[in-house]
Amino acid sequence: MNRDYRITNFVKIKNHKIYKGREQIFSEERSEDLNSFLKNAYSSFNMSYPKFYKMDSLCKLGTIATEVLLKGRKIHPETALVFSNSASSLETDKIHQNSMGKGVSPSVFVYTLPNIISGEISIKYGLQSENAFFISKTFDSGLIHNYTEILLDLNKAGEVVCGWIELKNDRYDVFLCLISNEGEISFSKENLEELYLFKDE
Amino acid sequence: MTNVYLLDDAIISPLGFSTTENLTAIKNGISGLKLHNNSLFDSGGFYAGIIEKSTIDKASAEIGDLSSFTKLEKMMILAVQKVLSQNEDLDLSKTELIISTTKGNIDLLQENPGFPDKRVHLTELAKVIKDFFQFSREPLVISNACVSGGLALAVAKRYIQAKKVENVLVVGGDVVSDFVVSGFQSFHAISDQPCKPFSHNRTGINLGEAAAAVLMTSKKPLKPINIEITGDASANDANHISGPSRTGEGLFKSVKNALNEAGVTAKDIDYISAHGTGTVFNDEMEAVAFTRSSLQDVPLNSYKAYYGHTLGASALVESILTKHALLNDELYPSLNYEGSGVTQPVNVITELQKKPLKHALKTASGFGGCNLALVFKKQEDE
Repeated sequence: MNRDYRITNFVKIKNHKIYKGREQIFSEERSEDLNSFLKNAYSSFNMSYPKFYKMDSLCKLGTIATEVLLKGRKIHPETALVFSNSASSLETDKIHQNSMGKGVSPSVFVYTLPNIISGEISIKYGLQSENAFFISKTFDSGLIHNYTEILLDLNKAGEVVCGWIELKNDRYDVFLCLISNEGEISFSKENLEELYLFKDE
Repeated sequence: MTNVYLLDDAIISPLGFSTTENLTAIKNGISGLKLHNNSLFDSGGFYAGIIEKSTIDKASAEIGDLSSFTKLEKMMILAVQKVLSQNEDLDLSKTELIISTTKGNIDLLQENPGFPDKRVHLTELAKVIKDFFQFSREPLVISNACVSGGLALAVAKRYIQAKKVENVLVVGGDVVSDFVVSGFQSFHAISDQPCKPFSHNRTGINLGEAAAAVLMTSKKPLKPINIEITGDASANDANHISGPSRTGEGLFKSVKNALNEAGVTAKDIDYISAHGTGTVFNDEMEAVAFTRSSLQDVPLNSYKAYYGHTLGASALVESILTKHALLNDELYPSLNYEGSGVTQPVNVITELQKKPLKHALKTASGFGGCNLALVFKKQEDE
């Protein structure tokens, strides 16, 4: 147990910018609109995935983030998905709530669960692996580190995509890491914390 | 590998406010499902397992002034209180609190009788429970659709086995809200009658509300007979976000991995507590997955016709019932079963039976393609 795990790669999406590792790979300074940001990011990465258009914004964020993280990589079939956020699916919850009395849509209701993002990513990459969605007030590096390490130590996963996917009042904050045996950055609570807080300024 | 034992537990539901009351109702074939008026339905109402407000308030009054808490919080507090009152020496600084819920206080979005707006956040619900009982560690909150309660037990087991903590108190709960009712109704998933899991004439689910709590530990209890969780696994179908896989892929894989970890085969399993929601697709998917797992002859039940689907509480409630089935050597009937309506053979329990039991399997599946399996083992001292 306690094998040598590494933060193989990470992605951040915040303030109209997308980073792969420490490198900014997409930015959109003019627009303030979440939908157009998501659409333009999708286009700029040449993603061809029609299901994207059906997703709610939280799932779009997660789908773009994992695309950045996993593109070109041979994906381990036992890549577990360990996600967290604070607001759960509250943005879509409000849309569903406001539609009550006017006609509720099953295609909205299904997104009133935070773990739908795990389902979307599992479908996209054919991952029949372990999933867990945790709720914490802020990004909890200890929680994500602990549980990811447990899954790897107990052989419940071969690699793990883990982190934070938050969307609240159209403000978004995404930080996902791929954890495997490859890479230079050792997988520790402190390194997770530092990378989460990293700003290219 | 560290053993993980289940200690005291509590179920708060329309069938009673203790595990004993719940088991007594089940043995007597009593269902918590009743017809409730609701304008969302053309027929004017729907069957659901709802706890009367007056019943909650009466029980709450026995442990203090709980008027500043929501219904769900009261239910969870009652469940935790019951468990802690039987474990007064428990060191809360060595005890992790894990909270499982699918929608938490979501009913506050519709009608908020004066709680702060932020109370709808699951982190606030967790804080309420943590503060009420003065847990010192930050609670873990799991919200993973309808497998949440079972996943919470799996996560608890993993934390204990990885030696992150000695004890875990798992509490789960959800309430019936127009939010959830209208959503399931939009899928045409809600039956206009009490649900009939695995039956040929099943027409969908009923919703229900419950809270439950169980204490888990790595320390072998002093009792001569104990229940352990020996295997756990989850797996995604990678198939569809709102419908189960036709091949039962994720459930099949969850069961396989959980059995492997427990070091048992399908032949060793004496009883299955299935998810059994009563929808056409879910029950069929489960039957396919069980047959693929060579479990088709194992006695099986669904508790959904007693409780309705209690979302993030369901797999926890049903795991507690499974624990007691093993302890009591009893198989509880699957209420409202009227003959198989799935394409694969299923051995649905129709009468209360006494039978020596050693291993049981609990499964659950949910939106987002998630699936979960747990293996329970009865450990008897020589």
